[in-house]
Amino acid sequence: MKLKSLLIGLGLMAGVSLAHAEEPFKVGFVYVGPVGDLGWSYEHDRGREEMQKFFGDKVKTTFVENVSEGADAQRVITQLAKAGNKVIFTTSFGFMNPTIKVAKRFPNVVFEHATGYKRAKNLGTYTLRTYEGRYISGVTAGLLTKTNTIGYIGAFPIPEVIRDIDATYMGAKSVNPDVKLKIVWANTWYDPGKETDAANALMDQGVDVLVQHTDSPAPLIAAQKRGVRAIGQASDMSKFADKAHVFSVRDNWAPYYIKTVQQVMDGTWKSQDFWGGFHDDMLQLSSINPNLPADVRAKIDQTYQGVKSGTIQPFKGPITDNTGKVVVPAGHTLTDEELAKVNWYVDGITDKVPN
Amino acid sequence: MDADLIVQILFAAIKTGTPLLLIALGEVICEKSGILNLGQEGMMLMGAVVGFIAAFSTGNAGFGVLAAMLMGSFMSLIFAVLVLQLGANQVATGLALTIFGTGLSAFIGSEFVGNTVQGFQPIAIPLLATIPYLGDILFKHDILVYLSFGLPITIAFVANRTRIGLILKAVGENPHAANAIGIKVLKVRYLAILFGGAMTGLAGSYMSLVYTPMWAENMTAGRGWIALALVVFASWRVGRIMLGAYLFGFASIMHLVLQGLGVDISSNLLAMMPYVATVIVMVVISADQFKEKLLAPRSLGKPFDPRDMA
Repeated sequence: MKLKSLLIGLGLMAGVSLAHAEEPFKVGFVYVGPVGDLGWSYEHDRGREEMQKFFGDKVKTTFVENVSEGADAQRVITQLAKAGNKVIFTTSFGFMNPTIKVAKRFPNVVFEHATGYKRAKNLGTYTLRTYEGRYISGVTAGLLTKTNTIGYIGAFPIPEVIRDIDATYMGAKSVNPDVKLKIVWANTWYDPGKETDAANALMDQGVDVLVQHTDSPAPLIAAQKRGVRAIGQASDMSKFADKAHVFSVRDNWAPYYIKTVQQVMDGTWKSQDFWGGFHDDMLQLSSINPNLPADVRAKIDQTYQGVKSGTIQPFKGPITDNTGKVVVPAGHTLTDEELAKVNWYVDGITDKVPN
Repeated sequence: MDADLIVQILFAAIKTGTPLLLIALGEVICEKSGILNLGQEGMMLMGAVVGFIAAFSTGNAGFGVLAAMLMGSFMSLIFAVLVLQLGANQVATGLALTIFGTGLSAFIGSEFVGNTVQGFQPIAIPLLATIPYLGDILFKHDILVYLSFGLPITIAFVANRTRIGLILKAVGENPHAANAIGIKVLKVRYLAILFGGAMTGLAGSYMSLVYTPMWAENMTAGRGWIALALVVFASWRVGRIMLGAYLFGFASIMHLVLQGLGVDISSNLLAMMPYVATVIVMVVISADQFKEKLLAPRSLGKPFDPRDMA
């Protein structure tokens, strides 16, 4: 693990502004992967960079990459809090308990934990409505598949992933009633070799459109080799597979980082649970492949507009799970709080949710 | 499960087993000379990153492989100097080499993360590839896999049927006796270690140029360690190493395949399969203690100093 500290502009300004130098507002970030993963952590870091650009030398950011989700995380977060950071963003689900523990010890520091559900007075949570992107992915995959079999590479069976699997299937089913969804758990967020194996195992079983919930572009590369389609995760992955790439659902964290840091500076910050989607520009459809058929492109656009404007709500009742239980009654749409607890597969998915 | 799926699983098992096979073939020669090099993971990562950088910069995958083998040898040379010249403990030095290689590869590779290269394309061997089933499993691979088919035969021949093999065995079994009859023990060990390093570098380049044509920190994900277990698993026999490598490949593929088929077993349990397989084979091997004693090179892990008289 490397600790990289970025002092942007400070050094250059030092000579001029020493006399009335103001202490910059320090913001820390903890990433689970390398910033070069071109997926999840990469996009958090782009959000950090944009936030830094927005505030200029009023803000000093520090990030620590490749932090494993466990005791190590607690040490790193503590270190950042001790170093005088006023806001610390911890950007992986597995940092939840370490963040809670450190937040208790540093009541004057604001903590923001991505994708978690535990909050405190000085600890807020934020997440993306990735299910919106998955729904569009599902619709597209449902139209593109010739074998009526879509593959989903999951990382870990946590609510975020389960929810996205449901959204993918519901999207696909809405355009292709015969579609089947095969799910493989890689048990890792980032292991290109394992992700390749998972992609191949799915393709061997007739999958011709891959959706991945892991962070490396390896599944796209594997899909390109076999001449099938795949959808990019978290960042624009089009350059890894010009033919196979359908589109990428890009995470855009910058608006949230700018807003939050501003609020803490102004003293208006309050702990809350924030969900950002296409509507907030925190999700973006990027690099829709020009080699897609025109009708598919039209349907992608139509679905995108519907999801963005809210006329399409993937988790609008009635929805039954695959054991026959009504999980969303008619007339109800899952609230954010309920979305955070989804632990069922929607009717039609033949697998069982792992414990 | 239909025949096509079985063919594809076996095809994938060979691909997954290939890096393990390459490392284990190098390490078995090294161990036959009496040296235990636990630095496989570090050397493999260095091979992967340097191979990737060379292939990415020159656009030539063959050059990448060459660079990876040189890097692997260079890493093993560091090990050799410490162990042979300075008499350092082999286990500790090997572990240090792994930690060193893991960190250094992450450092020099950070600029190259997020790129991809045109690695080796699969080549279907004329005629052989048209054999039903077998052709699809064995003869539609890339050049490195074909190389890995030929290497065990060559290595087994050299180790068991030639003078070089005898010298190697003498050095590994009883270096003092070998020294007494005029064999340069240290020179033989140097060469064996360098050969092992080159093979591990080759395996690293297989990961970053063929398997997943990209560089990512720690992308070998413990394969170097599995290969070390494989050498013991195969009780230092080249033929068994080949079989074991594909068995390991098969086990690690099956955990994903079974999930796709909807088999209702915990994926964590399935992910353990290759490791469980290792433990089982270790138990089976050590059950026959006498046999194992016969097969493990007798001076394995012991330093040699010609001034000591045995």
